[in-house]
Amino acid sequence: MSTIQIKELSMRYGNTLALDNVSLTLEPNKIYGLLGRNGAGKTTLLNLLTNKIYPHSGDIAFDGESIFSQKHSQKKIYYMMEKNLFPLGLKIKEIFKWTKEFYPEFNLDYANSLANKFGLDVSKTVKEQSTGYTSIFKAIVALASNARITIFDEPVLGLDANHREIFYKELLASYNENPRTVIISTHLIEEVANVLEEVIIINAGRIILKKSVEELLSSAYTISGEKENVDKYLQGREYVSAETLGKFKSAIVLADLQSRDEGLAKKLELDFTKTELQQLFIGLTNS
Amino acid sequence: MKLNLSSDTPIYLQIAEAIEDDILKGILEEEAQVISTTEISVNFKINPATAGKGINLLVDEGIIYKKRGVGMFVSVGAKEKILQKRIDNFYENYIAVLIDEASKLNISKAEIIKMIERGKIK
Repeated sequence: MSTIQIKELSMRYGNTLALDNVSLTLEPNKIYGLLGRNGAGKTTLLNLLTNKIYPHSGDIAFDGESIFSQKHSQKKIYYMMEKNLFPLGLKIKEIFKWTKEFYPEFNLDYANSLANKFGLDVSKTVKEQSTGYTSIFKAIVALASNARITIFDEPVLGLDANHREIFYKELLASYNENPRTVIISTHLIEEVANVLEEVIIINAGRIILKKSVEELLSSAYTISGEKENVDKYLQGREYVSAETLGKFKSAIVLADLQSRDEGLAKKLELDFTKTELQQLFIGLTNS
Repeated sequence: MKLNLSSDTPIYLQIAEAIEDDILKGILEEEAQVISTTEISVNFKINPATAGKGINLLVDEGIIYKKRGVGMFVSVGAKEKILQKRIDNFYENYIAVLIDEASKLNISKAEIIKMIERGKIK
């Protein structure tokens, strides 16, 4: 069990409100996607969650106990940061060894077998790794940490398509074997969409959506056809975004299935199509 | 088992349909072991909750069943069950769609019948 409860959390940098009264509950053993545009507050939220910075106001509790209390241990949470904070002169195998000191659940055999699969040379130093391999060794440490809560901030940065494929498969294999709370923060929405159980969208410091990906996608649809007819359909309906191309218009509607009017759409000769998570994200976060 | 992740059909339904197709084609016979939730999840890079939802759909319909600690297996009579279900849905899934498209294209009933005959039904 590791329920994360975030209560009325605010964080300010000078005049900028990075997080604005965020409240959120994360249930144990789900894979969450934390999505937001650049500067939306993703990394601030993750830094707060991992006790790297102290909030202006509000609280975060794991299983009812505040993480800002002295009793709190950081050992059940592992954070793969986008920035590299490992000493550049250290060899990868030394990093594995040191991680084991801080995270007793760290699985060294598994880390080495992952290094093998990715073709990572563990006798080389951090400094000698390319952008892609820097992401890879950090992701390997996170996967092998076996922490109850594992956070990945941009885990596939600089990875080629083959390595990204290995990463997602290994993440799921490891999660299937040892279910734990996983939070993935990424801009590559389309390729991670099916991996996620729930999505959290943060925009300008506020959580604008938290929902099961499947529910979200089954309640979103794109309606398209002749501009005037689409406008007729949209009357009295809330929609996320719309695009007009000559006489053609399409709009993304987010509503429960009951409000989807197939009869009216047919009369107006409009088409329904599936909306992808990425399109929905763009629509919801365009200001 | 084949999935089309970009299709309009929700993934969990596609999983159920793909397993049904394998049973209909005889790739999976009665009492054969069905691919596990973990295998589906890792192979197709999808969340295990989604894979489980597809599998559970088939369990609820009695098409596959669970042997505790071993895995999922094809039920006896699964093929007939699927056939009956697909026949029941044939009108809605194919005929209604065909008539809809035909009327958009102004194809007459006689022309449709001629096309069906050209399609060499056995």
